[in-house]
Amino acid sequence: MSTALTFAGLTLREAARRKVLRALGLLTLALLGLSAWGFAKLATVDPEFGALTSGEARLFASQLLNLVMFGYSLIAALGTAFLAGPTLSGEVESGQALSILARPVRRATVLAGKWLGLVAFGTGYVFAAGLAQFAVVYWAVGFWPPDPVVGLLLLAAQTTVLMTLALLLATAVSPMASGIVAVGLFGATWVAGVVGSVGELIGNDGVARVGEVSRMLLPTDGLWRGAMHAFQDTTSLAAAGFEGSPFLAIAPLSGGYLVWVAVWLVLIGGLAALSFGRRDV
Amino acid sequence: MWCSGLRKRYGKRTAVDGVSFSVGRGEVVGLLGPNGAGKTSVIKMLLGLVRPDDGEVLLLGRPGRDPRARERVGYLPELFRYQPWLTAAEVLTLHVRLSGARVPAAEQADVLARVGLAARSGDRVGGFSKGMQQRLGLAVALVARPELVVLDEPTSALDPLGRVDVRDVVLDLRERGVAVLLNSHLIGEVERVCDRVVILDRGRVAASGTLAELLGQRELRLRLDGLTPAAEARMAAVGAVTRTGREVTVALPAGEEDAVVPALVADLVGLGVRVHAVEPVRISLEERLLGILREEHA
Repeated sequence: MSTALTFAGLTLREAARRKVLRALGLLTLALLGLSAWGFAKLATVDPEFGALTSGEARLFASQLLNLVMFGYSLIAALGTAFLAGPTLSGEVESGQALSILARPVRRATVLAGKWLGLVAFGTGYVFAAGLAQFAVVYWAVGFWPPDPVVGLLLLAAQTTVLMTLALLLATAVSPMASGIVAVGLFGATWVAGVVGSVGELIGNDGVARVGEVSRMLLPTDGLWRGAMHAFQDTTSLAAAGFEGSPFLAIAPLSGGYLVWVAVWLVLIGGLAALSFGRRDV
Repeated sequence: MWCSGLRKRYGKRTAVDGVSFSVGRGEVVGLLGPNGAGKTSVIKMLLGLVRPDDGEVLLLGRPGRDPRARERVGYLPELFRYQPWLTAAEVLTLHVRLSGARVPAAEQADVLARVGLAARSGDRVGGFSKGMQQRLGLAVALVARPELVVLDEPTSALDPLGRVDVRDVVLDLRERGVAVLLNSHLIGEVERVCDRVVILDRGRVAASGTLAELLGQRELRLRLDGLTPAAEARMAAVGAVTRTGREVTVALPAGEEDAVVPALVADLVGLGVRVHAVEPVRISLEERLLGILREEHA
């Protein structure tokens, strides 16, 4: 366990020293500033259509918040996926892994340590950026998400899912390829989720199933929808009759789906450990 | 360290084919061979970095597949790269922690000083030259009080002074009873420090043995005038004598060259022989290596 924690600490130290944290911090500050400006405008009176009702304001705030949170989840998930490649296959390619793996360490422990470090990194970022964003929205329009911690935990889980997939890919292919494939699958699953929502809206079961299947194969979109549900104002949403929007979710996540996410993580993590354990370096 | 019947195939190409050898405590064994002979693959199989298709490895009494076998093993890879965002001292601390050894910070600093990096211990590795990184790699191999040290091309990026430092380090390890496996293209380096040599060619052991076994006995070439029967008897007492006109060759007993040669020359002069030239000779390891490889490829 202490070896795994050593590698987790090393991964976090690498992220800090390679200025990943600083870059993310600056990017997040820019996003916070822009969203503060946008939310402040939302709260003012529209000269053409008159003032928004409180229900409308909450609905728009919900949708806008989900849109901005999607931006953060993208940054967290893609950033962590792109960190996962270099930290594993990049080290093997460069030769850094040689002296490390010749020490009395099990490869599965090395992998678990890196995974833990990346989970801490992604979760830390999601919570820091998410809470800052909630504060900005509360300041601008007085809206505080109904279930912020659950939503942020689901976003952190989404980040973890994509990073675990990137780690598995990084045990077999180059760091660049692993990042690109992970990001491509993330995007494809999100699009499939939107297609599935459209299918539900028009009552086409076949099209709706596209979203369901993709959410099982790669649970990023499913977790994102659960997070959206935790962030949005459900009463205004029901009253407005919004359905099928990629930035609003009607139902919360089921317990069964969360169990599947846990099983998925164990399966993919186990495959990654098996693949890394057999790899010649 | 002991290995037997190591085999490794990459696709259709056999990289290592039935390699067996051992390195005892306090012994320095050189691994020699042309490019692509399988030297680095053998080293990586010994250290669990490459999975052998067949064969067994024992490191310090434990099977090679058990990670604990590497607790007291130091390794300088041919491709030496260390975390560029850590300082030299932090790299050593990391490796000490991973090895499970307890090495005080002062001792770690001593190891850095030994490889000539004392003044750079707080600098990030990313700013190091290749030679400095290789010196750091040597420190990494030495820092956790190893009982087996594997050095894969340890002087490839070093200047002549650095090479002398590495030679001193290897000889010091031998003095302290550490087993050393040295892979080097610099045959002179191997000849100076190794007790035994294993020559690999096309994945197989082409020859192995002590330097004396591989290179044969030394001999003494003399150019003499006025040879008497007494002088001939004196030379025959040293070893087998062959004579072509004034040129005489005397086989020397192994390990006694330094004592025998001056005494023989003094006695020959005393017996009235006129000595024009004295040349102790031995076939070089390089000549022997090339000979073995030519025989293999013939």
